[in-house]
Amino acid sequence: MLDLKGYGPELLDGAVVTIELAFLSLLLSLTLGLIGASSKLSGNRLAKAIATFYTTVVRGIPDLVMMLLFYYGGQVTVNMLSDWIWEAYEIDFFFQFDPFISGVVTIGLIFGAYMTETFRGAFLAVETGQIEAARAYGFTRWHTFRRIMFPQMLRHALPGIGNNWQVLLKTTALVSIIGLTDMVRVAEEAAKAERMPFHFFIPVAAVYLILTAGSELFIKWLNKRANVGVVQGS
Amino acid sequence: MPDFIAQWLNQNEIFTAMTIMEYWNGLVNTVQLVFLSLVIGLVFAIPLAILRTSKNPLVSGPVWLYTYLFRGTPLLIQLYIIYYGIAQIPGIQDTFWWEIFREPFYPALLAFALNTCAYTTEIIRGAIVSTPAGEIEAAKAYGMNWWLRMRRIVLPSAARRAVQAYSNEVIFMLHSSAIASVVTIVDLTGAARNIYSRFYAPFDAFIFVALIYMVLTFILVFAFRKLENHLLRHQRPVGS
Repeated sequence: MLDLKGYGPELLDGAVVTIELAFLSLLLSLTLGLIGASSKLSGNRLAKAIATFYTTVVRGIPDLVMMLLFYYGGQVTVNMLSDWIWEAYEIDFFFQFDPFISGVVTIGLIFGAYMTETFRGAFLAVETGQIEAARAYGFTRWHTFRRIMFPQMLRHALPGIGNNWQVLLKTTALVSIIGLTDMVRVAEEAAKAERMPFHFFIPVAAVYLILTAGSELFIKWLNKRANVGVVQGS
Repeated sequence: MPDFIAQWLNQNEIFTAMTIMEYWNGLVNTVQLVFLSLVIGLVFAIPLAILRTSKNPLVSGPVWLYTYLFRGTPLLIQLYIIYYGIAQIPGIQDTFWWEIFREPFYPALLAFALNTCAYTTEIIRGAIVSTPAGEIEAAKAYGMNWWLRMRRIVLPSAARRAVQAYSNEVIFMLHSSAIASVVTIVDLTGAARNIYSRFYAPFDAFIFVALIYMVLTFILVFAFRKLENHLLRHQRPVGS
């Protein structure tokens, strides 16, 4: 059997951290993606400009650089803020900027930009006739969005969301660099201490492989469900 | 030059000639690492993609396994395994390979090349598989053998279909290369991390480097758009 030299429980905890991080970032990115896509498709020029700026900037910067910026920059901002609050109101407002929070925020922000593009394409794929019909029935804009656009858009967005999720899952490994004790961090420390790199990294790689392979199956199943009743042109 | 820029340049302690040189060296390292790994990856990806489309599972199976493993795990772990793992191979420290692989640049290059090769193989495979059957039939009818068909018909038309996905992969590689700084390589991100720790100025150090990456990304996007226009010029509507 695989002998993890007593690092087993720590690795397991690390795996839980990885999964938590991935799910929370996914949630944030989906929210940002919906907001971004709605702004891009809205008539409001300011909202459109902000969303375009957001997606362009985020997709031009490496994820690691952004993570370092948020992690170190976040701490400096908190320090400055707490100094200012102390001087102005004598309230002690200091907290350590957590690598977990910076990880979730960074990964969420990055994939929010990718989700924006996914949702934008999916919204555009819904036929305009559907919207016209909803308006003809006297649906309000919000109602049209919630009852007509959103459910039909999801079907088109699913493959893109699935791809983004697979990339997101692998990006979570980067948080080990800013000091979060995820699976990769534990494996790195164990590998250095025991001088056995293959012994610790290969099981971690296998866990990632199981996660990505499992997600692939799940996404396939979701796709099949979402496309029930849709006649695909061959 | 507007006064405030001159003033800012005079006052700032961070962007001196020395730190600019550090960033420049980082830029050279990043560009070298990314360019070399992309070239190596592409060179190996073309034959691998052809093998991957083979009907014989003994031929396509191993290639599938390779791309599956490298695309299913994070690049960071691949880098760690190669960087820490190579030194552990019994006897390697006595061979000439050790002279090469003791420098962090080469393990990183190997990891990046293996990774991008896996993604590129799948991109090219997708393009080869979607070659219209009529084109291949026509080539066969002209009496072209397999090799000629590949060289004259399948690969050129696959290249046109692959170029857009490949441009994404190139930009992805540029961004992924930032993790080279983890194994002590002073690439762009490594330079920014050094400068951050020297001045404790996260915004200056990282926003500056982020801007450099953005410029590099836009150059790549622009170049690939030009290339795409060139490759797909036969599809342009008449008169434009």
